[in-house]
This record gives sequence, structure tokens and C-alpha cells, in this order.
Amino acid sequence: MDQNAAKIEIRHASKVFGREERLALDLLDKGLSKSEVQKRTGVVVGIHDISLNILAGEIFVIMGLSGSGKSTLLRLINRLHEASRGSILVDGVDVTKMKASELRALRRRAFGMVFQNFGLLPQRTVLGNVEFGLEIQGIPRSQRRERAQEVIETVGLQGYEQRYAAELSGGMQQRVGLARALAADPEILLMDEAFSALDPIIRSQLQDDLLEIQDRLNKTIVFVSHDLDEALKLGNRIAILRDGRLIQVGDPQEILSHPADEYVSTFVEGADRSKVLTARDVMQNVRTAANPKDSPRVVLRKMERSGFGGLMVIDNGRRLHGYIDLSAVRSQREKEQLSTDLFRPIPTADANAKLVDLIQIITDKGSPVAVIDARQRVIGVVDKSTILAALAQNDDGPTVEENHADPTPAVAMASVPASQAESSASGS
Amino acid sequence: MTSIPTIPLGHWVSHGVDYLTAHYGASLNAVSHFIHSLISLLEHGLRAVPVLIFIPLVAVLSLLALGWQRPRAWGLALFSLFGLGLVWDLHLWHALIQTLALVLAAELLILIVGIPLGIFAAQSHLAEKILRPILDVMQTMPAFVYLVPAVIFFGLGLVPGVIATTIFALPPLVRLTALGIRQVPAELVEATESFGATWWQLLWKVQIPTALPSIMAGVNQSIMLGLSMVVIASMIGAGGLGNEVLQGITQLDVGKSFVGGISVVILAIIIDRLTQAFGQQRKE
Repeated sequence: MDQNAAKIEIRHASKVFGREERLALDLLDKGLSKSEVQKRTGVVVGIHDISLNILAGEIFVIMGLSGSGKSTLLRLINRLHEASRGSILVDGVDVTKMKASELRALRRRAFGMVFQNFGLLPQRTVLGNVEFGLEIQGIPRSQRRERAQEVIETVGLQGYEQRYAAELSGGMQQRVGLARALAADPEILLMDEAFSALDPIIRSQLQDDLLEIQDRLNKTIVFVSHDLDEALKLGNRIAILRDGRLIQVGDPQEILSHPADEYVSTFVEGADRSKVLTARDVMQNVRTAANPKDSPRVVLRKMERSGFGGLMVIDNGRRLHGYIDLSAVRSQREKEQLSTDLFRPIPTADANAKLVDLIQIITDKGSPVAVIDARQRVIGVVDKSTILAALAQNDDGPTVEENHADPTPAVAMASVPASQAESSASGS
Repeated sequence: MTSIPTIPLGHWVSHGVDYLTAHYGASLNAVSHFIHSLISLLEHGLRAVPVLIFIPLVAVLSLLALGWQRPRAWGLALFSLFGLGLVWDLHLWHALIQTLALVLAAELLILIVGIPLGIFAAQSHLAEKILRPILDVMQTMPAFVYLVPAVIFFGLGLVPGVIATTIFALPPLVRLTALGIRQVPAELVEATESFGATWWQLLWKVQIPTALPSIMAGVNQSIMLGLSMVVIASMIGAGGLGNEVLQGITQLDVGKSFVGGISVVILAIIIDRLTQAFGQQRKE
């Protein structure tokens, strides 16, 4: 299947709850807010005029505070709510125009849904709950048992088959919910605040499991959340809703570095950037480097001019040879060429490495990290000061202008000793 | 003094009943036959079991229903042995079986009518709006009032007794069925729908099983109300233990009516504990 095809297209979808539907939609079109419309007409606005595409194979997070309409939007996709206006296309077919029987067939084939409070049948065992969707489809018992058993193993519930749902912890119950949703092997998973009722450690575990399962199964996942950290961790792309309207859609980096408005930036303030930003987002260009063919004198002059006590050694093909510091070069001052013995190894990282991992490397090795591409060529460098500057944006409470003007902060080049790094970070 | 004319409400009702008997006599007869054969089937079935087997059977049933590990189950088993033994000793066994058959027949009709009505009331707001006042009337109207039309339609005997009991004891089952179904968590209903369930699958696989404790409480309540109606129904010749009580009252024989009354209580306690146990078993 084409990975970039829109699996779900939402076109100008609105959903309002109440009698004066027409009037409410008119007022919303005129730009009145959710609360104004409610005051005037008594109609509760779910969402208004939202258009977006969800791609096959991605995890798409719909994020917003309570009352932002995120769960309503999710329910329009499988028509648990009827749209007041607009259309929702799944694989190009308009869900809002389906007959009841077509809708049932689509729900059975295409959708698996996971709920905040699990929505499990208390009088059934784990196995009985997991096979529920298959039972609805009328699949014979032995066949659905076998399939349920498979899925139970996928989510790590083996040994619990005969337990009742109510006997399990929240995290285990949600695994049952996930297994139930996966049992019919649907193309799309709809997850409504699926991990919000769990405590933080369990939540994080289930997030990891979901990512791992997604790696294997490659579903299209629509995930509703009010937690930015969760959205950033899970989402390939994130949509941010406020008061029923769509504020911004983008990948996690875009959301963090270019918040569309004040609302998004206040959201973003609390986020843990180190888990989202990558080496590519924060790395500096290598402005001064030693060439393996340089004589020691040349290298010394480069160090003097740039003011650094050490340089990376990069050849003309931008391949990395190592790292050399001032005292090593001084000891060879009289030689014609640098001896390769003097090159110390320097840690490298992929451009997609997360900041949190780079921090680990830098503290362990005590040296900067060279960022390399797939062909082992150096494309940049990350050191303590770059990282501190990237994280510091957080504490200042970034404003829109600041982020637009300069997503990657200007700091001194690589290889600055720690003491200098701190002063340069605070000075930026 | 000018007098406000009395609205002839009583007349209208009487005329209506006359009209019904005159024009629908055949269908009423058919209903009467059906109920009569239902009662005799139940009564003959119950009488087929000898007393000395019947009583221990009830004791075993209470052990099974409540779980033999629990002391309460043994309590109920002992109570059944001694209580029913006492009824037998008082020469009231025959009356007890008759009463039991009457209550069971009425309960069967109540289940057939009450559960669908309860489901209907849970699904539709309009149905609930219409049913609520009718149920209120059925529950608060003095039970004696049912007896007269029951006699006019069905004559004296067991059949009008069952009909009156059915009407009187129906409301709690309808209400508790509707309540139970409405209390199924919305998320559970959404989950079921999200898997593409039909209306019937939702009802049968999710709503009824989840509402079962509440429905069983309704069954329990309607049986209890049915038993309390037994004494009143004996006034139109329904027989059974109620007859003993009634005779005791008319003859000012305190002892006789007490003996009949205590037998009803013993039967009520046993049925109550057993049906409650069936309701709770599903929860665990």
C-alpha cells in the first residue's frame, strides 16, 4: 500500500449537539466562539469546520484540552457520532453517506477502537473480551479462539486468558482493550485517551509497547490525547484542537519549534524537548576543522584563530578521522605532517538521534558528538553548549517571534571546554 | 343549593368492561384456557414429586445456588428442611403447592411481558414517558380493584388470580430491566457499536448480560409482590395458602390465619434467597 496515501480524509467536518443545529453552524461560520454559540442557541459545539488528512501507516495524534472536541472528531471517523456537516472519507469512500449495513461492514473490517475506561465486558474473561469483535462478525468459535490467543500473545497477556477483566490492573485491562481492537486485524486503530486513565509508569510502558507493536503491524493509528508529552512521543504528526477548531497540524518538531499561536506555545512550554528534538534540529555547522593532510603548524594556527582547544579531523571527502587537541599538536610542532596516532576517537551519532540520547553520550565520553549521515560524512556537531541552548528555550517560555526567527540558537562552535560552554549558553 | 354534576367515571368503566366481555368473549376464553392449562401443568408437575423428596431437593438446591462452602447456604438449607417440614406437618402442603404454581405461572407471564417492555422503555424515551404513568397506576392502585374486572372477564378461580397477580407484580420487573439496561456504561455500548454490532447483538451480548443483576432483582421483587397478592387473590377463589388465611379471618380464627400466614412467609423467604442467589452468582 502507498505509504503516503490519505487513509482518512476529513473535509470541513462539523459536529454540534442540540436542536438549533442550523443556527449554530451559521453562527460558527460567522466566527462566533464555542461559548458564544452555546450561550445564544444552547447548542454544544463539538468541532467546527475541520479538514485534515490522516496518512496510511502513521500515528496521528489529535490533541487538545478537555472540551476541545478531540474525542468528537475521533467518533466522527467511525460514525459513533453523525457529522452535522462535512464528509469523512475512509479509503476514498464517504462514511457519512453509508447505509447502516455498509457502516457495520466497514466497522467490522476497518476499525478497532480502544477506550479511556477500557469498555470491557465485566462478565467475560480476558479471552472472551478479546474475541468479542470476531464473535460479532460471526466467526466460528474455534477459529476466533485461535486468533484471540495470537493477539493475546502480541500484547503480552499470556497466562491471563481465563481471568475476569475486573480482576486485572488498569494497565492489564487496557492491554485487553488493545488486543480486542487488534483481534480482527483492522487497518485503522482509533484510540480515545487510551492511556490517560493509567498511572505514569504504566502509561509510558504501554506507549512503548504500542510503538513496538506499530513497528510490526504498521496500522494507521488515530490517537486522542490531552498530554503533549504523549503526543510528541507517539505521534508522527499531531493536530492541535481548541474549542472545536483546528489550530495546527504538523510533526512534533514543527509543533515545538513553530507553534502556530499563543495557545500552542503555552502547551509546548511544558513539553520535554529533549525527547523530541533530534541532532539535526540542534547541531552546528563545522566551521573550523583540521585536515589529516595539514601540518601541525597549520592546525595550530587554525586553533589560534578559532579560539578552540581541540578540532575534529575531517578530510576533503568530509569523512571523520577523529579528534585532536592542543597539547597533542604542540608535541609534534616540528613534524611535517600530523601523525594519525594523535587522533582520538570521537563519538558519532545519526542525524535522527534524540537529544536525550546525545546528552547521555556527551556526559559519558566528555567530548562533543559528530553528527554523520548515512555515508559516514560529517554534517554537523553537537556539544554541551548546543544542547543547553536548545533546552534553555524551554525555560524562557518561547514566544512565537523567537522561535520563528531562530530555531537553532547561535552559540560558539564545537569543542569548547565545559566552563566556557556554560557561559556561552547563558549569554545566548 | 346548586350541585356540580358527578362525572360518571364508575359507569364508564363498568360499561367498558361490559362491552369487552360482550365482544371479545372468545379471545378472553382463549386466554383463560391458556392460563388454566399453564397452572395445571405446573401444579401437576410439582405434585408429581413426593413431599419427602421435594423438601430435601429444595435444601440441595439452596446449597447449589448459594455455594456449599458458604455458611449462609447451609443456613438456608436447614431453614428449607424445617420450614417446609413444618408446612407439611400442618397439613398445608397441598395449599402450598397450589400457591407456588399460581405464583410461578404469574411470574412466567410477568417475564414474557415485563422484560420486553423494560427493554423497550430503556431504548426509547417516548416509550418510557408513556409507560411510567401506567406503571405508577398499576403499582399504587389498591390490589383489590383488579379483582373485580378479573372476575368479570375470567370468572372465579385460579385464572383471574393469576391475571390479577401478574398485573400487580409486573411494574418492578419493567422498571428494573429498563434501569439495568440504561445503566450499562456508555463506553461499553460505544465499544460494541464500534465493532460493527447489530442492534440485536448489542442487546443480547452486552446489554442484557450486563444488566442481569438488575433484571434478577426485578424478578425477585415481582415474585415477592406476587406472593403478597396470593392472600388477596384467594378472595376470588384462587385457593392455596391465601384461602387458609381468608378462612381464618372470616371465622375469627386467629390460629388458622396465623398458620396460613407463616406458611406464606416460609415460602417467600426461600424463594427470595434463591432468586437473589441466582442474581448475584453472575457478578462473581
